Amino acid sequence: MSHIRRFAAFWWDFIVGDDWVVAAGVAAGLGLSALLADRDVAAWWVLPATVVLVLVVSLRRATRRGG
Amino acid sequence: MTHGVFLFLTTFLASGVEAVEALTIVLAVGVVRGWRSPLIGVGAAALVLAVIVAVLGPALRLIPIDTLRLVVGALLLVFGLQWLRKAILRSSGYKALHDESAAFREEQELAASASTEQRAGMDWYSFTVAFKGVLLEGLEVVFIVVTFGAAQGRLPLAAAAAAAAVLAVAGFGLLVRAPLERVPENTIKFAVGLLLTSFGVFWGGEGAGVSWPGEDLAILGILAFLALVSVVLVRQLRRVRVAALPAEAGA
Repeated sequence: MSHIRRFAAFWWDFIVGDDWVVAAGVAAGLGLSALLADRDVAAWWVLPATVVLVLVVSLRRATRRGG
Repeated sequence: MTHGVFLFLTTFLASGVEAVEALTIVLAVGVVRGWRSPLIGVGAAALVLAVIVAVLGPALRLIPIDTLRLVVGALLLVFGLQWLRKAILRSSGYKALHDESAAFREEQELAASASTEQRAGMDWYSFTVAFKGVLLEGLEVVFIVVTFGAAQGRLPLAAAAAAAAVLAVAGFGLLVRAPLERVPENTIKFAVGLLLTSFGVFWGGEGAGVSWPGEDLAILGILAFLALVSVVLVRQLRRVRVAALPAEAGA
């Protein structure tokens, strides 16, 4: 069990990293892009805006807890 | 053409900077405990990484291109944003810059105090530390090489760029027998973070069905936009940190 847990923890750390907000934001941005593109609405702005939003939120969280 | 240049540059820089960190670990162990076992560890880890590239690369080509670009875009975005976030925190002074000589000293102290257990005719500590160091530092690079290479259908070019960087760093390491302290690691990580995030935005968007204005040229626009945003964020964070200093000192 501890091996499975360690394996899962490794992949969580590898993909999600220091802040889960980054992975969650990327998933949300891609989902919204796909939704808008599917309805023929211009969606090119969604991911750049998502990146800015994710960076601002994640950096604010990091600086408040001291890195 | 532009994609090829960016592909080479990104994988070369990402591989180089991770190789510098792996080199520090291997050198520290080798200098203190001898070279045979750590070098076997390096060889074994390199073999595992090569097998991952050889298996994952062709497997990814079986995935439909839009799905592949969505998955690759998501992975590059997650990795790129992690690199970029850390580089911004380091540039603004919120996180300490990576100090190779301090890491080297720390690793040397650990190597000197570790037990001398022999397994399979090797100094087991030296072997495992070198193996883990190279494998863990190399794994993210392997994912970058595989995803980047597969999304463009140019896996050999990505692998060649990574190999060139590793050879260059290993060559310097052999020459100087000391950690490479003068490599501007944070600047390189900043550049790699920007490149990975830009390609992640572009490919992730394409995979999600987005039509980019200017088509392929949109990458340059995304890169310039993200570079500008990052510079503004670094300046803003520096200002906030400096403004908070007198208050902290007075508290």
